[in-house]
Amino acid sequence: MHVPDGFLDAPTSAATAAVAAGGVALALRGARRELDERAAPLAGLTAAFVFAVQMVNFPVGAGTSGHLMGGVLAAVLVGPWTAVLCMTVVLVVQALLFADGGLTALGTNVTLLGLVAVAVGWAVFRLLAAVLPKTRTGVLTAAGTGAFLSVPVAALAFVGLFAVGGVADVAVGTVAAAMGGVHVLIGLGEAAITVAVVGAVLAVRPDLVHGARALRRATLLAERPASVPAGAR
Amino acid sequence: MTAVHGGVLGAAYLAASSPVHRLAPHLKLVAVLGFALVVVATPVDAAWSWAAYGGYLALVLLAAAAAGVGPARLARGLAIEVPFVLFALLLPFVAQGPRVEVAGIAVSESGLVAAGGLLAKATLSVLAAVVLAATTEPRALVQGLERLRLPSLLVQILMFMVRYADVVGGELGRMRVARESRGFQGRHLGALKVLGPAAGSLFVRSYERGERVHLAMLSRGYTGRMPGGPATAVPAQDWLTALTLPLGAAAVLASGLLLG
Repeated sequence: MHVPDGFLDAPTSAATAAVAAGGVALALRGARRELDERAAPLAGLTAAFVFAVQMVNFPVGAGTSGHLMGGVLAAVLVGPWTAVLCMTVVLVVQALLFADGGLTALGTNVTLLGLVAVAVGWAVFRLLAAVLPKTRTGVLTAAGTGAFLSVPVAALAFVGLFAVGGVADVAVGTVAAAMGGVHVLIGLGEAAITVAVVGAVLAVRPDLVHGARALRRATLLAERPASVPAGAR
Repeated sequence: MTAVHGGVLGAAYLAASSPVHRLAPHLKLVAVLGFALVVVATPVDAAWSWAAYGGYLALVLLAAAAAGVGPARLARGLAIEVPFVLFALLLPFVAQGPRVEVAGIAVSESGLVAAGGLLAKATLSVLAAVVLAATTEPRALVQGLERLRLPSLLVQILMFMVRYADVVGGELGRMRVARESRGFQGRHLGALKVLGPAAGSLFVRSYERGERVHLAMLSRGYTGRMPGGPATAVPAQDWLTALTLPLGAAAVLASGLLLG
């Protein structure tokens, strides 16, 4: 999934590197707002979590398995800016220690998997979360849809880059159709895993889910003590 | 902490004391990045491009030999490339332009050229990155990035990630052992009911560990920066040694551009 060296021409790589650098600089400021001075340890541990979960192969069916990209999952759990930093750090580690994704293509990978995927997923999530009822189901639906859409959109963004700076003259329509089709399927897996994980965290520690802050306020207002009948325990 | 720590992140590191191991990490980062830039800048459709790839390959193999990285390690590192090999193999069939016959099948000439160039470039940069990972500890890599003026917060996040990836990964491994010793077999979509909550509780544990680590570090005087000694000056000789790889590659590229 990661773009290797030499896939896109030099101007496109340089342009995406500039976009990535700008986006990460913004995220560095935003993450301080999201996590104050605890940003470094919490984002670092969340990045370690994303890295670990990416190694779990979830069964997709028909004998194939897929793994999570985790951008939208991290955005819903810890906030979009921190999620961008987590994805960036994971991509840097993968490029430097596993040669997964080229060094000169690091900007492209950060732009696609960090910025585009998180931005699209988070925008969809916020939009749906605002429209849908403020319930657990509403949050999960919004998270799942955001995760689902983030994957094909990131893939189409890659096709766009390939059309601008690809090294082969492939019909863009064909590539877009193939990449879009495959990534709709991958997106379904991403959505299923994101919903499962967010749902599990919501069940045990709803206060840790950044995207469900609205939900938390709603629960605080419930008149719990009065509604528990005597002898119910 | 011993020289070699197990776990996923340290797995690529090969403990030794070759001249390449002894180079400062930021020099190696600059060298590998420069090499990759030169490789990527090579025009795919030039007649001499394959001679240039040969030159780059010789350089990177020389670096691997100097670092004591054997062919088996290099080959294992290349496994990461497999998805792109598949994509590159498709290119000659889906690309447009004039067709040529290869083994009785009509394929696109430009697609064939692009696929060849793509595979060569990806392979060369992966080889260079494998040498880097085999000769530099993850911790040293982070220090190198810090030396190269990566934003401090990003360096801190990287440092925490590198230090705790094995802890979180170990937690994940223990969960897997616990699941499987209870007869769990994740073979269909229903497994998500088990794996989802497992990943969820892994997140809760990681996040809570982050809070604990932060408090523990605060109480030991952490101010948002890792204390480190003063940056040691790097002798010019080391720069020369490290830059042999990218400068050699640049020389190959320049002679190709001038003579070809």
